[in-house]
Amino acid sequence: MRGVAGLAARHAAALWSALRTASGDDAYERYRAHQAARHALEPPLSRRAFYEDAQRRKWSGVSRCC
Amino acid sequence: MRRIPAALLAIVGAIAVGGMALQRHEPINALWILTAAVCVYLLGYRFYAAWIAARVLSVDAGRATPAERLNNGRDFVPTHRAIVFGHHFAAIAGPGPLVGPTLAAQFGYLPGTLWILVGAVLGGCVQDMIILLLSTRRDGRSLGQMARDELGPLGGFAALIGTLIIMIILSAVLGLVIVNVMKHSPWATSTVFATIPAALIVGLYLRRWRPGRVLEGSLLGVLLMLLALLAGGWIDHQPVLRPLFDYAAIALAGFVILYGFCAAILPVWLLLAPRDYLSTFLKLGTVALLAVAIVLTHPQIRMPAVTAFADGTGPLFGGKVFPFVFITIACGAVSGFHALVASGTTPKLISNEADVRLVGYGSMALESFVAIMALIAATLLDPGVYFAINAGAGVVGATPAAAVHTISSWGFPVTVQQMQTLASAMGERTLFARSGGAPSLAVGMASIFGSTFGRGLLALWYHFAIMFEAVFIMAVLDAGTRVGRFMVQDLLGHLWQPLGRTSWYPSVLLASALMVGAWGYFLYIGVIDPNGGVNILWPLFGISNQMLAGIALSVATGIIIKSGKLRYALVTLAPLAWLALVTTTAAWQKITSADSRIGLFAAADELARQLALGALPPERAAVAPQLIFNQRLDAWLTMLLLAILWFVILDMARVCARRLRGLPLRSSSEAPYQSSRLQGAAAQAQP
Repeated sequence: MRGVAGLAARHAAALWSALRTASGDDAYERYRAHQAARHALEPPLSRRAFYEDAQRRKWSGVSRCC
Repeated sequence: MRRIPAALLAIVGAIAVGGMALQRHEPINALWILTAAVCVYLLGYRFYAAWIAARVLSVDAGRATPAERLNNGRDFVPTHRAIVFGHHFAAIAGPGPLVGPTLAAQFGYLPGTLWILVGAVLGGCVQDMIILLLSTRRDGRSLGQMARDELGPLGGFAALIGTLIIMIILSAVLGLVIVNVMKHSPWATSTVFATIPAALIVGLYLRRWRPGRVLEGSLLGVLLMLLALLAGGWIDHQPVLRPLFDYAAIALAGFVILYGFCAAILPVWLLLAPRDYLSTFLKLGTVALLAVAIVLTHPQIRMPAVTAFADGTGPLFGGKVFPFVFITIACGAVSGFHALVASGTTPKLISNEADVRLVGYGSMALESFVAIMALIAATLLDPGVYFAINAGAGVVGATPAAAVHTISSWGFPVTVQQMQTLASAMGERTLFARSGGAPSLAVGMASIFGSTFGRGLLALWYHFAIMFEAVFIMAVLDAGTRVGRFMVQDLLGHLWQPLGRTSWYPSVLLASALMVGAWGYFLYIGVIDPNGGVNILWPLFGISNQMLAGIALSVATGIIIKSGKLRYALVTLAPLAWLALVTTTAAWQKITSADSRIGLFAAADELARQLALGALPPERAAVAPQLIFNQRLDAWLTMLLLAILWFVILDMARVCARRLRGLPLRSSSEAPYQSSRLQGAAAQAQP
């Protein structure tokens, strides 16, 4: 029984994580991880600055269609 | 043994397509169409897409993509293919596949269904996948840049102008669709208006209060919108509040134009971005719900397979089934606009070249499936009801009695009583002459949802469907206006350099006003047109969208031939030839036809003649000069679109001829090969 519950919890966690990535909810965490791994000396953007920058880039090109 | 599922799929698919095509004289069930569609997509994906990826594109799973090479943790990010698929589908799925098939249903269900399936599998999906791979191999360059790099500067400029025109026409026609939804409907109007403050609240939440918490913000937004839906129903029953939201089309057009201007100049985080989150969640949820509901209710299709209007006398728009069904249904079969998205954000996320099959071909197949569902929702209505909702007052008559008389005389019986009962069940005063496709789709969706989840809530479901379409449309309207603004600024920058600075406020205001003014003009003309306006604007949009697909397929063909794969060029050349044929025929008829229901010059001359004779009633005579000018303008615009299409095709032919004669060419703009270091890529590369 515990095995089933564990399996269900793992699936739920995977689903939640996929939903966060797909919607961009975890974009900042992924950015911080990237910065820490590759550019550890540069100061990272704040959460708000990153969000604003991401929106500006997203809406400068064609990202929605008929 | 591995072939058994595919063979089974082929057999089921063949039975479903055959059953659909042969049951001509009795009503068929929507499940036939649905089954046929799913089998066709799966077969196309399993065989044709795999073959193109391997042979034509030489997709190399071991080659590093720009997401890996240029990974910056922001726009270039290697991303799991399921998530890229979701992003790409959300980006390409707009209101187009909902409106086009609904309008094309005037020809019957069969022409539209066959074109959606064949067009998608052999044309649209192929275009999307190939452009996606070509852009991925070129560090995510845009279609315009690829046209410039591979064909030449003139081809690139033609692509830019073509894109700008399509943005203008698209925004105008979509604006017209929502105006027709909201006119004299306080429930729809108040709900749609309320989505604006809802978006502003979410915008503030996501920037100020909880920066970047997209899921929380979206959940809040969806709750606010459902609240707006219920509040709209309540307002509709309040004698004091009701008139505050009861507007004629012309006033609503003013609101839509003002909204578009605000969305283009305000910071994106405030209005545009939060609205997009809401529309995406609503869109994906509703599409999934619709699929489940159609399977559960498996409704009968009431529209005949092919109606008498295939001869060109249709009330929604004039023109024969060939070429106009291929123009009316652009999105859902082949949509040139997708090439802009497939050469925009998506290629920067692709972590492995092999993913282009799922992301490019697969997303388009799913979008095509949405078009099939829209077609089902339109054709399950009583044909008489369908025509009463969609035909403009100028065609069937301005009073309900006149309209039902005309429509019944076509052999599609409908009564005033029936329309009245339907309208009050949907919570509306009237459903006559609500052209544009959205209201009839909403009635269809409401009846599907109603019979699945409870008929007592029909009015709520109808307005839910209306809100869903409106939010969707406004998201495209503001994103399109904004991109158009950047393009206008880019062009103006060539005239006077400071105007090209995207953050200089006078330039922002000027470019936004020019863009909004351009589509606002076409929207205004559509609103004052007694035939509904959609009959002119939608074919123009279809022609421009297919022109853009022609440009995309020309670029693809040019690159395929330049890379020495002449023997596979038919993969893109065949859909290109078909699109060139239908677009040219349709444009030619729109320009030269002597039938004033089709030919734009003929219509202008006819109206001018009636005006000179004094044969028009005063309210029509007042707007006639503007309509005459607009029809002539549309004819010239059609000529321009046709000229751009053929210019790019001939430019491509020139490049290919040079390649075949061994003359020097621009070198390929492909990024040099690097092998991937991502985990799993090497394993996938070994066959």
